[in-house]
Amino acid sequence: MPEMTYLQAISDGLRQEMRRDERVFVIGEDVGVYGGAFKVTVGFLEEFGPWRVIDAPLSEIAIAGSATGAALMGLRPVAELQFADFVSCAWDHLVTVAAKQYYRAGTPVPLVLRLPSGGGFSGGPFHSQSPESSFTHVPGLKVVCPATPRDAKGLLATAVEDPNPVLYFEHKHLYRRIKADVPEGRYTVPFGKARVHRAGNDVTLVTWGAMVYTAAEAADELRGEGISVEILDLRTLQPWDKQAVLESVAKTSKLLILHEDTRTSGFGAEIAAQVAEEAFENLDAPIKRVAAPDTPIPFSPPLEKAFIPQVADVASALRELVAY
Amino acid sequence: MATQTHIEVVMPQMGVSVSEGTIVKWLKSEGEATKADEPLLEISTDKVDTEVPSPADGILDRIVKPEGETVPVGTTIALITPTDAAAGRSGVLESLAAPSGAGTHEAAASVPNGPGGGRAFVSPVVARIAAEQSVDLSLVPGSGRGGRVTKKDLLDYIERTAGTDAETTPRPVAAPAPVPQPQASSAPHFETPGERHERMSQMRLGIAEHMRRSLDTAAHATTVFEVDMSRVFDIRTRLKPEYLEKHGVRLTYLSFVARATVEALRNWPWLNGEVRGEEVVTRGFVNLSIAVALDESKGLIVPVIRGAEGLNLLGIARAIQDLSERARAKRLIPDEVQGGTFTITNPGGYGSIIGTPIINQPQVAILDVEALVKRAIVISDDNGADAIAIRPIMNLCLSFDHRLIDGAYAVQFMAEVRANLQNWNEERY
Repeated sequence: MPEMTYLQAISDGLRQEMRRDERVFVIGEDVGVYGGAFKVTVGFLEEFGPWRVIDAPLSEIAIAGSATGAALMGLRPVAELQFADFVSCAWDHLVTVAAKQYYRAGTPVPLVLRLPSGGGFSGGPFHSQSPESSFTHVPGLKVVCPATPRDAKGLLATAVEDPNPVLYFEHKHLYRRIKADVPEGRYTVPFGKARVHRAGNDVTLVTWGAMVYTAAEAADELRGEGISVEILDLRTLQPWDKQAVLESVAKTSKLLILHEDTRTSGFGAEIAAQVAEEAFENLDAPIKRVAAPDTPIPFSPPLEKAFIPQVADVASALRELVAY
Repeated sequence: MATQTHIEVVMPQMGVSVSEGTIVKWLKSEGEATKADEPLLEISTDKVDTEVPSPADGILDRIVKPEGETVPVGTTIALITPTDAAAGRSGVLESLAAPSGAGTHEAAASVPNGPGGGRAFVSPVVARIAAEQSVDLSLVPGSGRGGRVTKKDLLDYIERTAGTDAETTPRPVAAPAPVPQPQASSAPHFETPGERHERMSQMRLGIAEHMRRSLDTAAHATTVFEVDMSRVFDIRTRLKPEYLEKHGVRLTYLSFVARATVEALRNWPWLNGEVRGEEVVTRGFVNLSIAVALDESKGLIVPVIRGAEGLNLLGIARAIQDLSERARAKRLIPDEVQGGTFTITNPGGYGSIIGTPIINQPQVAILDVEALVKRAIVISDDNGADAIAIRPIMNLCLSFDHRLIDGAYAVQFMAEVRANLQNWNEERY
């Protein structure tokens, strides 16, 4: 099994989908000649030609709009936004058209939108956001947040196959930092199935994206104190694997939810509410969240560090839960 | 076995804002008989140090919390078997004992819940399992926050008791691994050879917090006045034997200063006031706080003379003597250290001649009484000629909160205190 970075796994998965299915094409700013802002589509123009690798104008509306139209007409667009932050420009097409089309007219919209998201590299307020939670609130959209190279590739294949609009949030901070074995051939990873990143008994930690690694470091720290933490990587938020969370909470009776997005109305709020509704009698402590404060993301590296949840924040929240 | 024939001794609530206390010393040992109201142990809180009396006649069966431990108010710290129930005590002890094989230290770390388990919070999962398994939670030792029974405590308990019910032969039960209890105080500490480390007392922690907070709150400024105490010196010399014989009261310079201060506070009410938000609070009474140093410099306590504006010199001298004696004997009650409106501190007894004391929050001023020293000073004689005379001089230092008290206000008050002392009016005071 070859070792790939998270970025290479996305690239590999995308190339496989394009080789497998002629209807799959990519569109986005600089995806062609330049190979993409983060170099995910390097070599694609040469291999698939300008009809399937389309350099779009600097307009997220145009990208989302044309991809939605192409999907309606039976193609399988995988559109790229350079930064997930600018998805706000594409909101109308995604939320008003793509998400509702099937409910209104019965026509599927097999659109994949790739959204490089997340912070940790001083990108400031316009290039660091994690806006996945907003779209979990829109019925008709699916939301995917892979944390590992293997999931990045497998979830992309599932996204391309899916007849619904899928927002595929790839974490920029993981692109070249995370490397792992990835199966060579095509495979899919199902939506709505959490992955047990680490099994444990004392407290359940639910997270996704880059925070999986922050969680693991915190759990390492606590292992030395005799505390065993079960880490669930949700992998997809819409749909999300409620069953896995409920089962883990039934075992540990304590739940910490960790996300990089801001706290208020973050997806952690939904998880906490569902667990309170359905697993109240399994709880031995209040449900806790560790998330970013409710502010835009600061440029300054020390401030950004204070903003994004750190290992120490997670470890101390875990300790509090265990001591409760 | 559920019948409770013992009486629990709990950490008492020593004032509204006190949430925990430290066990300083057990005055009785396990197995020793004790009488109701007889001192059982000494405790220390951030407000007062005091003795805790025994709640009943009986035998001190078990000391649950050892000396040096700090526990929340309401925590069980010992068990007493009342005299009339002493016959049945062995059964009770078994129900509280550690699982077989566990050392007594592990057992002491768990806190039995109060009768009915009503005192500590019961989490949803614990409530459900206890209901399903018909477990009386009051029998389950709790290791959670505030002695709460955690799910793990309950499951361990069920496993233990299931074993004893099924078989009379003792089943090997592994002693539960001590649950790691990470605490704020577990910061790594490094020892250099030759250093000695000891934990601060509750009182010391309280003083530290209070002093730091005061400097962070008030805009401290200090003014110093020299007072010619000749007249007070003469009056004290004359009155001292009479006070001691007639009233059993030692007449100190501090009493004179206190009386003169209370008198001046009438005319300078802001110094007896408080800054509360954007309001100034003034009062028609003076609750005079007197700082009392404890033996061996182990801290200080600030008892309050309530209604000092209604006391004459004798009344104030008597109150100071009573409060300072009881402070040193650790027999103050919490109300006697709260509600002060102005503080006097008295380091002069040790020879200090100047000081810049820190205000006792939420008050706005503190008066520092310095040593009485005979000095050569320049005076004007009856003919108006300058002369050098020997006079007993005392420095009074006032730290005030410049947020509320301007310098002019503070020094006019001090001038009045000085005048009250230099022209002591025996009839009035």
